[in-house]
Amino acid sequence: MNPHKPIFTTHDLAVGYRKGKNTVTLLRGLNLVLEKGKLVALLGQNGAGKSTLLRALTSDEPPLNGSIEVDGKNLMDLSQKDRSRLIGLVSTERIQAGALTVTELVGLGRQPHTGFLGRLDDEDREIIRQSMADAGIIGKADDYVASLSDGERQKAMIARALAQQTPIIILDEPTAFLDVASRIETMRLLQTLAHDRGKAVLLSSHDISQSLMLADELWLITTDRQVITGTTTELVADGAMNRLFTNKSIHFNNQILDYSF
Amino acid sequence: MTYRRYVVTLIALTLLLVLLALACLVFGSVDIPVGDIVDIVMGKGSVNKAWEIIVLQSRIPMIATAALAGAALSISGLLLQTTFNNPLAGPSILGVSSGAGLGVAIVILALGGSLGGLLGENVGSYMAILLGALMGAGVVLVVLIAFSAIVRSNTMLLIIGILVSYLTSSVVQLLNSVATEEGVHNYVSWGFGNFSGVSVTQMPVYAGVIIVALIGSALMVKPLNALLLGTRYAQNLGINVARTRNILLLITGILTAVVTAFCGPIGFIGLVVPHIARMSLGTSNHSRLVPATILAGADIALLCALVSVCNPHGIIPINAITPIIGVPIILYIIINRRRIQYFT
Repeated sequence: MNPHKPIFTTHDLAVGYRKGKNTVTLLRGLNLVLEKGKLVALLGQNGAGKSTLLRALTSDEPPLNGSIEVDGKNLMDLSQKDRSRLIGLVSTERIQAGALTVTELVGLGRQPHTGFLGRLDDEDREIIRQSMADAGIIGKADDYVASLSDGERQKAMIARALAQQTPIIILDEPTAFLDVASRIETMRLLQTLAHDRGKAVLLSSHDISQSLMLADELWLITTDRQVITGTTTELVADGAMNRLFTNKSIHFNNQILDYSF
Repeated sequence: MTYRRYVVTLIALTLLLVLLALACLVFGSVDIPVGDIVDIVMGKGSVNKAWEIIVLQSRIPMIATAALAGAALSISGLLLQTTFNNPLAGPSILGVSSGAGLGVAIVILALGGSLGGLLGENVGSYMAILLGALMGAGVVLVVLIAFSAIVRSNTMLLIIGILVSYLTSSVVQLLNSVATEEGVHNYVSWGFGNFSGVSVTQMPVYAGVIIVALIGSALMVKPLNALLLGTRYAQNLGINVARTRNILLLITGILTAVVTAFCGPIGFIGLVVPHIARMSLGTSNHSRLVPATILAGADIALLCALVSVCNPHGIIPINAITPIIGVPIILYIIINRRRIQYFT
C-alpha cells in the first residue's frame, strides 16, 4: 500500500476575500495535493495569501471557486461534525484557556468524538495521555496553560490537535512566536507526526531555511500569485526560490539554502 | 487536587447557602422568636397571625427570589463573558438589564397604567411585562452582537454597553415625563432593586422560568468550553458557533429579563460572581464553573438580601449594597490580572 496516499486535493480552487461588494481573488486555479505521511510547508511573503488559503482549506471561509476534496468527499458538502473529524487546526488565535490544565486543554480535542455533554471516558483519557506524550508535553499535564512558555503552549495545542485524531493537521504559522530552539523542536515534532504517524501535515511559515530542511514538500506562493509545489531540491534547482519576494535586492543562495543580499 | 478543590468548594457554597437562608428567615425588620419561626415553617402555626404572614408570605418568598435572582444573574454574566470573550462583561454593564427595564417601562405605559405599579397579581399584565422585559433585553443583545462583529475591541464593546444604558435611561426618563407622579415614584423605587417583589402566586412562573433556563445553561458546557479557544478553534471542534451564540444569548436574555422585571435592574452580581467561582475553583472549565456560579450567585444575593433587611431604620435598597461587594472584587481582579491564570 502506498503510504503517501493523497488525502486532500483541490480542483481549480480560487481563494480571496470579500471587501464590501467586491471580491478580491488572491489565488486562482489551484490544483494542490496533500498526501498522507508528508510534512508540507506553505511559504510566501506577507499578504501573499497564505492565511487566506489555509482558511479555505479548513473551511473557515468558503472558496470563491473550485472545490476541495477530502478523503474522496467534497469538503463543503460535509457536516461541521464530519469536518472536525478530518482536519485538526492549530492557529495563532488568542485563547482564553489559561486556567485550564494542559490535560483539560488537550481534552477539548476529543469534542468531535464525545457526546452532548462532552464527558470523557477511559478510552478518551488514554488518547489524551498518548497525545500529550507524542507532543512531548506530558511532563506538564497538570500545569495551567497560563504557566507554559510559548513553545510549550504550542506543543499543548499540537497535542490538542492530535487528540482530535484527524488524518490531516493544518497549522497557521506554528513557529511564529517561538525562539530558535522551540522552532526546531516544533518542526521536528511535526515531521515525526507525518513520518511515523502517517498524518498529512500542512503548515504555513516565515521560517524559510527550516522549512527547506525539514519539509517533504514546499508550496511556494510566488510574487505573481502562482503556487509552485515540489521538493526542496526541485524548487531550488528550478530557481523558484527567487520568485518568493518582490524585493529585488535579496536573492536565494543555493549553497546556504537561505536568502542573502 | 483540582477535583477535590471542586468538591470542597461546592460543599462550602452549599453550606453557606443554607446558613444565609436560615439567617434571612430569622432576621428582619420585625423581631420574631426563633421558636415561633420553627413552628411556622413546620406548619404548626403561631399565636401571632402577623408573624405567620411575615414568615410564609414575605421572608420565604424573598429567600427564594433572592437565591434564584443571584443564580440567574451570575449565569448570565458567565455566559456573556465566555460568548464575548470578555472578562468584564455582565448583564448590567453591557446594558442588557437596562434594555429589559426599558421594555418594562414601555409595556406599563402601553397597558395604560401608570409607570411603575409593577407586576400586579393580574397574570395577563405581569406576563405582558415579562414579555416586554424579554424584548428589551433581546434588542440590546442583538445590538451587541451587531457591534461585536464591527468593533473587535473588548473595551469598545463595554463602552457600547454603557452607551446603551444611557440611551435607555434617557428614554425611560422621557416616558416618565408623561407618566403620573405615582408611576414615577414606583419606577424609581423599582430601580433600587428589591427581592420582595415576587408574591407567592407569581413564584411558580418566576422560579419555573429561571430553573429551566439554568438547566439550559448546564446543557451548554461542551460548546462553552470550546468557545474558550475562540471561534475558529470552536468551529474546528465541530461547534456551530453562530447557533451556539444565539442559544447562549437567548438564555442570558431570558434570565436577565425575568430577574429585572421582578426585582429591578440589579448591578454587579452578574459581573462579579463568575470571577469568584473561577478564583475559588482555579479553573475556567464550565462543567465545574456552571454549578459553582449558580451556588455562589445565590449566596451573594442572599447576603445582599440579609444586609438590606437588617437595618433597623428601614430596608436598604439592593443596588446600594451590590457595588460595595462588587467594586473591591473587580478592582482586585483588574490589579492582579497578570497573576490570575484565566486572563491569559
